[in-house]
Amino acid sequence: MGGWAIAVHGGAGVDPNLPPQRQDEAKQLLTRCLNLGISALRSSLPAIDVVELVVRALESDPLFNSGRGSALTENGTVEMEASIMDGPKRRCGAVSGVTTVKNPISLARLVMDKSPHSYLAFSGAEEFAKQQGVEMVDNEYFITEDNVGMLKLAKEANSILYDYRIPIVGLESCGAAAESPILMNGLPISVYAPETVGCVVVDGQGRCAAATSTGGLMNKMTGRIGDSPLIGAGTYACDLCGVSCTGEGEAIIRGTLARDVAALMEYKELSLQEAVDYVINKRLDEGKAGLIAVSKTGEVACGFNTNGMFRGCATEDGFTKVGIW
Amino acid sequence: MGWAIALHGGAGDIPKDLPPERRKPREATLRRCLEIGVAALKAHKSALDVVELVVRELENCPHFNAGRGSVLTTDGTVEMEASVMDGKTKNCGAVSGLTTVVNPISLARLVMEKTPHIYLAFDGAEAFAREQGVETVDSSHFITPENIERLKQAREANRVQIDYTQPIKKAPKIAPVPEGDQIGTVGCVAIDTQGNLATATSTGGLVNKMVGRIGDTPIIGTGTYANNLCAVSATGKGESIIRATVGRDVAALMEYKGLSLEDAAAYVVEECAPKGTVGLVAVSATGEVTMAYNTTGMFRACATEAGHAELGIWSSESNE
Repeated sequence: MGGWAIAVHGGAGVDPNLPPQRQDEAKQLLTRCLNLGISALRSSLPAIDVVELVVRALESDPLFNSGRGSALTENGTVEMEASIMDGPKRRCGAVSGVTTVKNPISLARLVMDKSPHSYLAFSGAEEFAKQQGVEMVDNEYFITEDNVGMLKLAKEANSILYDYRIPIVGLESCGAAAESPILMNGLPISVYAPETVGCVVVDGQGRCAAATSTGGLMNKMTGRIGDSPLIGAGTYACDLCGVSCTGEGEAIIRGTLARDVAALMEYKELSLQEAVDYVINKRLDEGKAGLIAVSKTGEVACGFNTNGMFRGCATEDGFTKVGIW
Repeated sequence: MGWAIALHGGAGDIPKDLPPERRKPREATLRRCLEIGVAALKAHKSALDVVELVVRELENCPHFNAGRGSVLTTDGTVEMEASVMDGKTKNCGAVSGLTTVVNPISLARLVMEKTPHIYLAFDGAEAFAREQGVETVDSSHFITPENIERLKQAREANRVQIDYTQPIKKAPKIAPVPEGDQIGTVGCVAIDTQGNLATATSTGGLVNKMVGRIGDTPIIGTGTYANNLCAVSATGKGESIIRATVGRDVAALMEYKGLSLEDAAAYVVEECAPKGTVGLVAVSATGEVTMAYNTTGMFRACATEAGHAELGIWSSESNE
């Protein structure tokens, strides 16, 4: 047994031209959240509480795409989703289409703990939030000026998408794409808001947990559900490991990425890092994504095939790392 | 090798003394849907077209919990969900929270083929349905007298629940809830003469479910999964199926552990999910078929090109 370990992410797929100041801000936030998790682990909080706590902090900060700072739908509104899973009994909770709940991850936790279901969405999820008395705010609270500008750019880049199909070629001629031809989720990466924040933890008793939260895709259709709330896709935890994914949601769903890390350990007896590498190299087809993972023995691993991933990790034996590229 | 097909109309605590007037129409529907699927496969329709076609028929039948005949939410409304997946490309589509779409499975297919997304839900899914011009009807079309009665009984049983912590299945047993609360979901898996695999699953969910509840059916990897090895459609208690990632695990056991389809399905049903919670139908790329469950029964039927055919509800009886 190797003691506790924690990893956090703030999304995969980063604009290579991201100004250094923004990079520093991101790293500072990741460090702050990591430290929050570390002190909670040192106080012997269970893994499930730690992942919730850390993701709440990420949601509350406007920098990443979740909670405040969420990407906007095509209608300019925010529809957030999140899920959480507790390894020991594989209990899980998820929410989608949340518009006024300040911390979607905590609502997902309540779905797990206080409802007979695993997954509540849209008005039913909002209704449940009211019953549970969680903190609610106006939808405006989540909308940042940055994201209003991004949506405008996304709409310009997407103006040729008259039938919803993502063009394979053609974006090069658009202004927004000209400086950066890298695409994520069908958008030029300079417009794309890295999807998702997440945290995975193994605590001192070897219990794993995972939590993921997102505003989804910039300019997404209203009602679109991505990988973040889907158990086995964006989030998974069991006795062996905890996993949180980010990136092109549709590729993550098709690849059942989070469950496959665990399945490779369970059925193919790979190590955590081997399982993570296998999933990134073999399970994504053409898709772009990244993930963070911890194992019950206190290992931590991450993998991505995107241009960068905002991430940080730490283990009980003193290893700490925060990085983007 | 050759084509194969399996379909289900839900797994759960199906009373073995199910009266003939309830049993026979369901058996007849299973038989008719199987015949439709077999005919389509013989006519060289693609697996994807066949599973959609068969699930549409099952949705249209009021005896099963999907489309018309969907069970009701705690508010007495219908919220349907469905998903479809193509094994070769792993393309997939899913919908939740539908209230007016006659055939949710066909909308899931349109999400797969006509949007950059995989999964649309609630108002957004309904708006997409209207844009695509699929058939919609008033919500009352889906609601059957049987399901109004079922909801009434479930509500009475739940009156003791002072909060949400008590699982619905623990509610005190009351007299005759026909076929039990947990019977949900219809599904179909197929492999066509070209060797393509596909799966489709559709449901009205759980009786007396909270508004907005999403089950396993629309979640790729849990209720529905297909790749180039196999195609799986699961049914039962959604929350257990989600935890056990049932659909993907059948495939993962074949892929990572080298199990046969039958062994993989048996392992998932016996080892991965609690007793009384799950059933599944699956076909493999080599034309195997399996129908496994750990519930009292599962409405099910299958057929292969080699001439094997089966139709049943409980174990140790096949009344084809």
